[in-house]
Amino acid sequence: MDFNLSKEHQMAQQLFRDFAHNEVAPWAEETDEFHRFPWEAVRKMQSCGLMGIPFAKSVGGQGCDTLTYILAVEEISKVCATTGVILSAHTSLATDAINIYGTEQQKEQFLRPLAEGRKLGSFALTEPEAGTDAAGQQSKAVLDGDEWVLNGTKIFITNAEVADTYIVFAMTDKAQGTRGISAFIIEKATPGFSFGPAEKKMGIRGSSTCELIFENCHIPKGNLLGREGKGFGIAMSTLDGGRIGIAAQALGIAEGALERTIQYVKERKQFNSPIAKYQNTQFVLAQMKTDVEATRWLVYNAALKKDSGKAFSTEAAMAKLKASEVAAEVTRECVQLHGGYGFIQGFQVERMMRDAKITEIYEGTSEVMKMVISGNLLK
Amino acid sequence: MKIIVCVKQVPDTTEVRIDPVKGTLIREGVPSIMNPDDKAGLEAALRLKDEQGAHVSVICMGPRQADTVLREALAMGADAAYLISDSAFSGADTWATSCTLAAAITKLNYDLIITGRQAIDGDTAQVGPEIAEHLGIPHISYCEDLNVEGSEVVVKRQFEDRYQILRAKMPALITALGEMNVPRYMTPGGIFEAYREKQIILWTRLDIPVADGDIGLKGSPTRVTKTFPKQMKQPGIKIETGVEESVQFAMDKLKEKYLL
Repeated sequence: MDFNLSKEHQMAQQLFRDFAHNEVAPWAEETDEFHRFPWEAVRKMQSCGLMGIPFAKSVGGQGCDTLTYILAVEEISKVCATTGVILSAHTSLATDAINIYGTEQQKEQFLRPLAEGRKLGSFALTEPEAGTDAAGQQSKAVLDGDEWVLNGTKIFITNAEVADTYIVFAMTDKAQGTRGISAFIIEKATPGFSFGPAEKKMGIRGSSTCELIFENCHIPKGNLLGREGKGFGIAMSTLDGGRIGIAAQALGIAEGALERTIQYVKERKQFNSPIAKYQNTQFVLAQMKTDVEATRWLVYNAALKKDSGKAFSTEAAMAKLKASEVAAEVTRECVQLHGGYGFIQGFQVERMMRDAKITEIYEGTSEVMKMVISGNLLK
Repeated sequence: MKIIVCVKQVPDTTEVRIDPVKGTLIREGVPSIMNPDDKAGLEAALRLKDEQGAHVSVICMGPRQADTVLREALAMGADAAYLISDSAFSGADTWATSCTLAAAITKLNYDLIITGRQAIDGDTAQVGPEIAEHLGIPHISYCEDLNVEGSEVVVKRQFEDRYQILRAKMPALITALGEMNVPRYMTPGGIFEAYREKQIILWTRLDIPVADGDIGLKGSPTRVTKTFPKQMKQPGIKIETGVEESVQFAMDKLKEKYLL
């Protein structure tokens, strides 16, 4: 039992910290304010090997592990949660799905460019009528000769308009229920594939979120990911991995807000004294730090569990449940310690409080996390 | 082409404070980093490797924990790393350091040696040129741009107010300015390789063909009598008006300061 990061993980953490400071932080404010996709930061992540961290070198990845990838999402989310989720959705939803379920040929064709940072990935499960009830898929794919013909609409899709490669789920046999869902790899610019208008969001405003619309979209037969009818299982297990990424994002948001608040309370003077001198401030900071550290080990533990090859669904759900709650609570307290300055733009905690909320919702709400955890408890 | 880059592990002086009484650096709790000028030198070597193909070896003299900067160099793309570490070498001034490094370098093949201009903890700028002298090869200091053309190295040597373009036959040594480039990031995969696949070759006293009188504290002729923080130079004022006006302005300023 050792709670220390290995030397390579420590060095990677330092790399991600420097990278976040130099390449991501400078864009964070305008990314939020103008709902602008942070291309500069993303291009830099692509050219610096950050888009393929946990994948084998043989498929174009960096040959590291989930923990290293989690450290990257955490450090980047400390300064910009938008950039954090772009990395997370690309890596642990889109790319990992192909890594685990793809054929050798699919890995060469689709995984390699994603892992090498030449293309960006996206994962589309949610539909207007299929949120938590993901089994209620209305999208349909019908085999027509050598092609699947896809019709349907996906909503709230991260990296939607900016991605190149999409993992899309659709019913291939409605009568079979969840066993009638299949997964497909779809490339941008496939005829019949278009986008709805961009959503205006409360937080992570710079990430591209919109509808994917499929109207008689023809996909090569070979783009079926995994076996026909196995899509629901692929979606659920991929989301287990994705949740560790979102947990790391939430952890990063909380840490980022706490760091800024520690700095602020030392500078801000009221009644002739920095507010850090008051016991209320000290107690609130102490509680936040304790919550953040407890969360860290839940998140890292989930990553280590995934790397060990054992079942990690419960650990991932617990990590995301706790981390997202802590992110919401810590950012709220940080805004409170900032007082009026916390409510206006420019001190960053205002943005972080808005960004934190989504971590309790996407890739399974907190309620879904509780369903997963209790489901495994009561098996 | 074989390139050797000398790097030093230094305290990050942007985070260091100076003991007001002793005039020495307070090193406790200060992170250690690769000396910035050396890192620029390493980047220059890696760019030559990318463009022309080269084998880049990195050498560091220091305590065992200096291993970290060598791993960093490997993670950036260096091919081999050597750590010269022995209590016999500790307390070395620039003379003893350059004697030790030059002796170590004689064990390797090289066309080009790159060192940083100076280290941010000592600021002497002596070790690079001294290594070249010990080895009997030409050196060019303050390099801000570097090209290899055939068997020659072409260097832009930058001064405060002018530069020179110099050419030297290889093998040669150049000292790099931090302004030379923006060093690349390590890659995550490079970090894993640096720790899990690559080896750092450790050289101790017996591995280095150097005289006892030229190493460590005993081999160091430098005696420090006093250290003190440097007074920062005031920023100048640039006058861009006509000649008459400029002269008048300068005269007024000199009078203001009671220099006239």
